[in-house]
Formats: sequence, structure tokens, C-alpha cells
Amino acid sequence: MFDNLSEKLGGILNRLTRRGSLTEADVDAAMREVRRALLEADVSLEVVKSFTDKVREQAIGATVVKSVTPGQMVVKIVHDELVATLGSDAQIIDLNAVPPVPIMMVGLQGSGKTTTTAKLARRLTQRDKRRVLMASLDVYRPAAMEQLAILGRDLEIDTLPIVEGQQPAQIARRAIEAAKLGGYDVVLLDTAGRTTLDDEMMAEAAEIKAVASPHEVLLVADSLTGQDAVNLARAFDTQVGLTGIVLTRVDGDGRGGAALSMRAVTGKPIKLMGTGEKTDALEDFHPSRIAGRILGMGDVVSLVEKAASHLDAEKAAAVAEKMRKGQFDLSDMREQLLQMTKMGGIGGLMGLMPGIAKMKSQIAASRIDDKVLNRQIAIIDSMTRQERKNPDILKASRKKRIAAGAGLKVEEVNKLLKMHRNMADMMKAVGRGKGGPMAGLAQAMGFGGGMPSPEQIKAMQEQQAQGGGLPELPKDLPPSLRGGLPKLPGLTGLSGKPTLPGLGGFPGFGKKK
Amino acid sequence: MNDTTETKKPSWWRRLSSGLKRTSSSIGTALAEFVTKRKLDRAMLDEIEDVLLRADLGTEVSARIAAAVGVGRYDKMISAGDVKTIVAAEVEKVLAPVAQPLVIDAAKKPFVILMVGVNGSGKTTTIGKLAAKFSAEGRKVMLAAGDTFRAAAIEQLKVWGERTGAPVISGTQGSDSAGLAFTALTAAKDDHRDVLLIDTAGRLQNKAELMNELEKVVRVIKKVDASAPHAVLLVLDATVGQNALSQVEAFSRTAGVTGLVMTKLDGTARGGILVALAEKYKLPVHFVGVGESVEDLAPFTAADFAKAIAGTDSGS
Repeated sequence: MFDNLSEKLGGILNRLTRRGSLTEADVDAAMREVRRALLEADVSLEVVKSFTDKVREQAIGATVVKSVTPGQMVVKIVHDELVATLGSDAQIIDLNAVPPVPIMMVGLQGSGKTTTTAKLARRLTQRDKRRVLMASLDVYRPAAMEQLAILGRDLEIDTLPIVEGQQPAQIARRAIEAAKLGGYDVVLLDTAGRTTLDDEMMAEAAEIKAVASPHEVLLVADSLTGQDAVNLARAFDTQVGLTGIVLTRVDGDGRGGAALSMRAVTGKPIKLMGTGEKTDALEDFHPSRIAGRILGMGDVVSLVEKAASHLDAEKAAAVAEKMRKGQFDLSDMREQLLQMTKMGGIGGLMGLMPGIAKMKSQIAASRIDDKVLNRQIAIIDSMTRQERKNPDILKASRKKRIAAGAGLKVEEVNKLLKMHRNMADMMKAVGRGKGGPMAGLAQAMGFGGGMPSPEQIKAMQEQQAQGGGLPELPKDLPPSLRGGLPKLPGLTGLSGKPTLPGLGGFPGFGKKK
Repeated sequence: MNDTTETKKPSWWRRLSSGLKRTSSSIGTALAEFVTKRKLDRAMLDEIEDVLLRADLGTEVSARIAAAVGVGRYDKMISAGDVKTIVAAEVEKVLAPVAQPLVIDAAKKPFVILMVGVNGSGKTTTIGKLAAKFSAEGRKVMLAAGDTFRAAAIEQLKVWGERTGAPVISGTQGSDSAGLAFTALTAAKDDHRDVLLIDTAGRLQNKAELMNELEKVVRVIKKVDASAPHAVLLVLDATVGQNALSQVEAFSRTAGVTGLVMTKLDGTARGGILVALAEKYKLPVHFVGVGESVEDLAPFTAADFAKAIAGTDSGS
């Protein structure tokens, strides 16, 4: 969601970084542009004002003028201030209470409460191994209770049986009772959507809160919200009392201003964000990483974390070993493609790569979607084992057979083979170095050995299984973060055109005209 | 009959005003704070611009309207009332051309209306309200439960079908929405229905796959009736900010949006983005939703909306 804002801020700050010395007027001009960019990103006006004031004050200070690269200092100040505005530390859902721990979800109509409730329930069940009970308190919208019941059935998470004619507060009481009797760890209360002007409905929310005494009261808010985000967050906070915020539709192309605004005016942390339609698309909110994303520095830590939770460490190690020996065959490539689809497909990965914002629109224009990955897997599936091991034996007749088997054209088989050759060559080159399969990625990005080896990934997986997140940015990871705006090392290095690091000559990616 | 419409009108006006109360009062008070008769200068114009920005009018439109307030008035004494009137007039100027009712062409049988929008904007609820409105006008309505993705979306539309007496064509959750549109349109034709309202799943406009799916729905509808869909309504949530511009752009490209509906104006949200949209895309705004009940879907009128935004009239 932050792409557009990243592009804008990136452009403004880039102009600054190129300059040798900065005058006060330079900073002022840049701040006017930053103000505009933030407003266009729906950051609320009051937050924009205090933000630009703070940045300006620091930027005009002596440290900047005297530093060798004043422009980069300003970028650093903007980054630090963004992090400060978003909240410095990641805060997770707090389950430290006597079970069943009640969690209450509130928000406007259509902000995504029911979907978020299901996502959170799934995460608590599968990742944190808690027994969760979900209850819908929405007696107003047609089929709202059925919606949660269906989601619960699909996810195999219990929902409170629907009793017609009960009031929300009664249902809340029944849910807590049922959770106690049933030995549940967490009970999620999904309330009806309400506007903050509707006094009756706000009173109802307060009543539910009084009955359930929830340990967490989460405001579910749409990241596409405009200037109203501040009123909304403030009103829910004063009238109901919040413990945190969940941002939804973060995968849209909104510019994320609501995130900055709501955190700034309520002081309540953004704890989670919804990043897709599927029930597993829920992520922790890490302010420093998001600030990096806003500035176009990419979110390498999330990328690695994502890799850690989806990669099969042993398979990764096996592939790495093969790479070192320069034997990367089509079966290995199939494995890699499969892992890419597991990690959220191309779109999911791209959002996390540094400096990809611009390429993203090119990719959308070229209509490369995840179907491409599936087709490529289909092509490899249509080969014999011998062919996968030794693609050199593929001549016209074999290719024809494979194309027919995959339901595609011979050209596409050729494209895949070319891609494999490119990848194999690149990996051979990389494989001579140390490190795991991610080392290619790391190297291409200019992060040196900052990327984890399979052993490290395995360690991370264990850490994740224990419920802990990853530590913050490893010190040696993105030097660009400290140095100023990303120079996008490696991404533009080869031919002046962006290439996807580590993925070699993926057709249509790097060579998009 | 006349009586009821007479009593209804102030009711919707009051609702819109109360919905926009925060907007108007915040603009109103903000303006009053600094313009109790003082000289109009650069600082005052900046403040007017800020006030408009806070109502989601966007940077361009806010700057333009603030500038318009300054034309010919620089260095003159001006009152809060004057400023509000000028702001309202400027807003109305932009909105007047887009305030157009949705005209159902009786020659098209059925008149096919496709509802599109991002998740949670209020498509299904708006369909329910439109179905009630068209039924009350004596039209034979049919509904198509084209949101085959969200859990219980089909059930939600069926409830509306029961309430309004309109038959609902539905498949199972997860089935192909284009196929359903085909079935529904064929059924509506055979049954000589006047209006067919097709629901679609909410989708973010930057998801290429989902937008392709929507494109397919339109394509398939055209196979049955080349002139359909006769109206494609983009449903916008009043809380939405500048992202609405991108929504209009993308949905127009994919589905050929013919008009807008803005929902949830009964909250604190200001809906000022409509002004920016009107200036940039000039798409008709057919309805605004100002509450949960069926009669809360009202035709959009530029003057009322402009007045409510500028806070020139309390509406009572």
C-alpha cells in the first residue's frame, strides 16, 4: 500500500541526496513537497504539520549542514521521524491473562472485522497453539453471524452457536461462559459495524466491553481511509477505549496515511495488518520496517521471515548443496517455483523487495501473475525424470510432447529452458561463494553475507515456532538504511535495467521494455 | 403518495446534514475561528485550504477553491458567513454537473445493473436498497448473488431478496461469478424482469487477477445482451480518502463504470473526495447512502451536499 508514497518521497529525497550542500531554502522546498506527498497519501493534516515541523527543525540544525552528505542526513531524519510517528517497537497481541482471554473487535461497517476475526483466530490456533472460540455479536447485518460460522467451519475453529433474538451483551456473556466451560484459551468477540456518531451503538459497544472486560480491544480500520481516520480512531478510543489497531487492506494501493495518522493521534499501537483476502494474510506490524517500505528501502526482514516460515529448511539445504556443485536441474527449479508460490506468489514477494515500487507497475502492465508460475511448474511436470536431470537432451519432438502435456506452446517451453539456463549460470557463479540459497539474493542486493544460510533459516523457524518474532534489523543487513536512500545495489547494476535479484532471467521481469 | 414524499424529503436532508455535521461544523467552526471579519490575506487562504484538505477534497481542488475565494477579495474585510457561501458555491459548481439520477431505460428488458467496488464498501447493502426502491416503483426486479467469494455474501443477498420480494439467482460459494451472471441474465430475460441487479465480490483495484475476473463477468454479460450492462455502479465508502481516485480509474478501465454511489455518509466521514472525483472524472453521482434503512439511499443533489460541506445551512 505504501508504494505510491515511497515513490513520491523517494523522488523528493533523491533530489536532496544528490546535492553537496543544503541551504535552509532547500530544506523548506523539500518539506513543502513532503507535506504534499503526505497529504496525498491521506496522512491527516495535523499529523503532517507536526511531522514536517519536526523534520525541518532537525534538518536545519547544525549536524546536517556540517555533515559530508547533508541530503542523506535529511533522509535519515525523515526515516527516524517516520519510525517515531509509527511507534518505535512492534507490539503484539497480548495474551497474558487468565484464560479465556477475551478480545473484542470494533470498527466501522465494512472495515473488515469479521474477516480479521477469522484471520486472528486462525493465527492463534495454528501458530500459537491456543484453543479459540469465536462469537459474532452482529445482530444487525443480514447473515453476519452466518459469515463467521462459515469461516469457523472452514478453519475448523469453534464458533458460539447462534441463538436467535439475543442482544449483543447477552451473547458476549454467553460467549465468556461457554469459553470458560469449554476450556478455551481465547474468546474473540466480533461486534457489529457502527459509526461513531450513533450514540446508541457506541453505548452498546461500551456495554459489551463492560460485560466481557476484554483484555484487548482492537479497532479494525481500513488503510484506505482518508482524513477521517483521526476522528474515527479518536472517537473509538475515547468512547470505547482501545488497546490497539488492526489495519486492513494493506495490500491495496492506498498510500498508508491512515496508519501514520491513527497511531499519532491515539498513541495506540498498530498491532496487526491484513494483507490479503485469504485467512492466512495477517502480519505483525513492525514500524521500522514499514518506515523502510515507505521510503522505498524495501522490507528485507519481512522477506526473510516469510522465507523462513515457508521454506523447507532441509530442501533448501539440499538445493544449496547442489548449487555449490553447480548441479541445478529442472527438478530443483520446480522446487523453487513451488516455494515462490507458497511465499505468496510474485506479488507478495515483490512488495517486500527494495526499490521495486516502480517495477511493480510494469509487472502489472505486463500481466505477469502467479499463473505464470503454475504454468512453468506444469511444463516441468510434463517432463520425464531423465529430461529434468538433463535438459540438454530436449530436442524438437520432446519439446512438442512436453508443450502438449502442459497445454502450452513450444515457445513457452523454450522460455522456461532459457530461464533455467540463466538461473543455473547465475547460481554456479554465486554457489562458489559461501552461504545458502538466499545468498544469491543477498549478493545481488549488495548485502554481502547478510542473508541467512539454511542453518540460520532453520534456527529462525524454531524461534518462530516459539511464538517470538525475529529480532529487529540485523545490523549488517541494509547498509542503505544508514547511508541514506537506497542506491538499489544490484537491482540496476547489470544493465541499467532492474532485474530481480536471485531469480536470474525470469522472463518478462528484468527485460521488460 | 405526495404526502409521504413530502415528509421523506426533510428526513433524508436531515440525515445527510447530520452525517455531514462533523464536516460542516468542523469547517464552520474552523472558518469562524479566523474570519470574524478580518482582512483576507495569504494566511487566511492557507487556512481555508487546510480546512478543505481536512474534508478530503485533495490537494489540487483545495488549492483551487482557496484561490477562488481570494479572487477579487484580497485585502478586503470578509466574514465567516461570506467565506462559507463562497466555498459552498465553488463546491456546488463542481458537483452540479455530476448530480444525475439513475435513469432506468424501460426499453431494455432487463435493465442490467452491475455493482462493483472494493471490499466492504457496501455493494450488497446498496443492492438491497435499490431492489426495494425499484420494487416500490412497480418494477419487476431480480437479484444475482455474484459475490461467490465472501462467506455468507449469498445468504446476505437472499435476506434482501426476501425483504423485497425479488427472486435471487445464486450458485454455491466459490463458484464462477461470470457463469452466475450468465445464468441470471438468461433467467431475467426469460422471466421478463425489468431490472437485474448483479452483485460482485469486493476486490482491491490493484489485484490484476481479480480485476481480470471482473472483466470476464462483463464480457460474459455481453454475450447474452450486447448492450448490457446498462449501468455499472462503483460503490464508494464515504470514509475513503485519495485512494478513491485510483479506484475510479481502475474500475472504469476494467468494467466501464457509468456512475457512482457513495455509502455511509451518516458517519463522521466527509465525503469531500466526491468533489475531487467530480472535477477529475466527471462521472455521475447517482445516490448517497445516509443510514441503514431502505429509504436512506437518496438521490444525490449538488446544492445540498455543497451546503452541508461548507456548513452554510444547518438544514433545519
